[in-house]
Amino acid sequence: MKINKVYVVLLLLALVAPFFLYPVFLAKLLCFALFACAFNLMLGYVGLLSFGHAAFLGTGGYITGWLMMNSGMTPELAILLGTVSAGALGAIYGKLSVKREGIYFAMVTLALSQLVFFIYLQAPFTGGEDGMQGVPRGNLFGMIDLSDNINMYYFVLAVFLFGFWLIHRTIHSPFGQVLKAIRENEPRAVSLGYNVNDYKWVAFTISAALAGLAGSTKTLVFQLASLTDVHWHMSGEVVLMTLVGGVGTILGPVVGAGVIVTMQNYLSGGELGNYLHIIMGFIFVVCVLAFRSGIVGEFQKVWKRNFG
Amino acid sequence: MATFLGINLFGLFGQLLVGLINGSFYALLSLGLAIIFGLLKIINFAQGAMYMLGAFAAYLALQYMGINYWASLVLVPLAVGLVGVLMERFLIRPIANEDHLYSLLLTFGFALMLQGVFTHMYGSSGLSYSIPEALRGGTKLPFMYLPDYRAWIICASVVVCGLTWWMIEKTKLGAYLRAGTENPQLMQAFGINVPLIVTLTFGFGVGLAGLAGVLAAPIYSVSPDMGSNLLIVVFAIVVIGGMGSIGGAILTGLGMGVIEGLTKYFYPEASNTVIFLVMVIVLLLKPAGLFGKEA
Repeated sequence: MKINKVYVVLLLLALVAPFFLYPVFLAKLLCFALFACAFNLMLGYVGLLSFGHAAFLGTGGYITGWLMMNSGMTPELAILLGTVSAGALGAIYGKLSVKREGIYFAMVTLALSQLVFFIYLQAPFTGGEDGMQGVPRGNLFGMIDLSDNINMYYFVLAVFLFGFWLIHRTIHSPFGQVLKAIRENEPRAVSLGYNVNDYKWVAFTISAALAGLAGSTKTLVFQLASLTDVHWHMSGEVVLMTLVGGVGTILGPVVGAGVIVTMQNYLSGGELGNYLHIIMGFIFVVCVLAFRSGIVGEFQKVWKRNFG
Repeated sequence: MATFLGINLFGLFGQLLVGLINGSFYALLSLGLAIIFGLLKIINFAQGAMYMLGAFAAYLALQYMGINYWASLVLVPLAVGLVGVLMERFLIRPIANEDHLYSLLLTFGFALMLQGVFTHMYGSSGLSYSIPEALRGGTKLPFMYLPDYRAWIICASVVVCGLTWWMIEKTKLGAYLRAGTENPQLMQAFGINVPLIVTLTFGFGVGLAGLAGVLAAPIYSVSPDMGSNLLIVVFAIVVIGGMGSIGGAILTGLGMGVIEGLTKYFYPEASNTVIFLVMVIVLLLKPAGLFGKEA
């Protein structure tokens, strides 16, 4: 019950937030929160560190952006196709990368995402270095005008809640239990007769599709799809968000994304903007050395000790 | 113009040379990664940043202290290696017993910081370092013109890689190192200071990246992000070769450089991606890598 109350409070906050804060900023925050949640499904619940999730974020973004500009599709269809494309790429990618474990998995995913980066850099439809600019937001279901920022925000919130619910369902399903078993003791899961690689592969595909969903939505919010979203820096950022918030906690990535996106927004305008990467690297080092449970993880520990 | 079966030999050999030079850097970097991985079971994400640090150190040493290229070639790898030693001792060792993914993230964060500091101080446009006097000439070969400096890079890399291989596979020190890889507890029980060996190995692996940085300074522009893009390619190479053997790391590095060079000649559009594509093929056919040992 305790957790449910937390969800209700957060949902209420999310519903009233656009009346106090800039809706586009909030929408950005939700997109990254979804991206981090999708990433955390792999790292937190399967124990595999993907260093290439930017490829899915970017794929979702480019496909949706291209469809909105060239096909006259309604946004929900463009987002759906963007998500499916990212999921399909994830399925291919996953087949290759689950063959290797641990550190190799990180390197394989990073290398594959660099391959995707170069393809988008050279492919004519992405606009290369300039990216796709001026992507129209369109009318949701042909009726609701998304160029209104408030409408856009509530649509993004709905998308986020859907993604979050799906991840929550996945983790708390029998399938999710097997994933956790793989994380805790892979040889034992194998000896119990589970085809471990297939489980990892399905989880990877779900994670990739949801990262694509985040990217598709983000493209609509900013009306822009660019190489930044496919760059390995982005893959690193999502790792940082998850780490700061708390690996393997369901709300951790949301909190982490909130902290990092707010920090970037705050810093990039001011004098400290030049130090952004130094600060992010520093947070990485500090988190790994002294704060491995992340904000939510630490909070849960304190809660358990005092009230649990 | 010399042609053979419709192939422009000047162009072909030119790209082969470029490929061999890239391969020399790949070999040095993946060798460093493999040595570190052998003992610590971690991948140093900061290896690219250390390569960049090596190039900057050579540049700064010349600019502000008048230390020439030849002295830098010795001093810079030592200095970069020292940075590695400190990094291992004070950042990596405290979390040695945690999941290895944490040490990977730590080195990644360290690399971001280092790259950020240099971007802040010197901007992201590259600086140039001139080729040392003695190596400015070149030799005319039947099908190509071979600049001395380029020949020197290939020789230096092959010699350093060869010496490292010999040291690890054939000497007593190398035997300790390999024993430490197999069974650190037993080594410790025999009275060998394993933590010291680990620290020095890390320093040596990182020093190799520093050396590669000094070698690269005169031909590539010295810039803060020179290491990060290279490192991702090196990761692909490490996956292709597997990290089971030192010799494998060296051969795969050089080989992939040559393949990249050939692609630049025959199908330039794919030159950025060919190594990643080779990685995909290797993962499909031989998941453990060409020289890999683990299943």
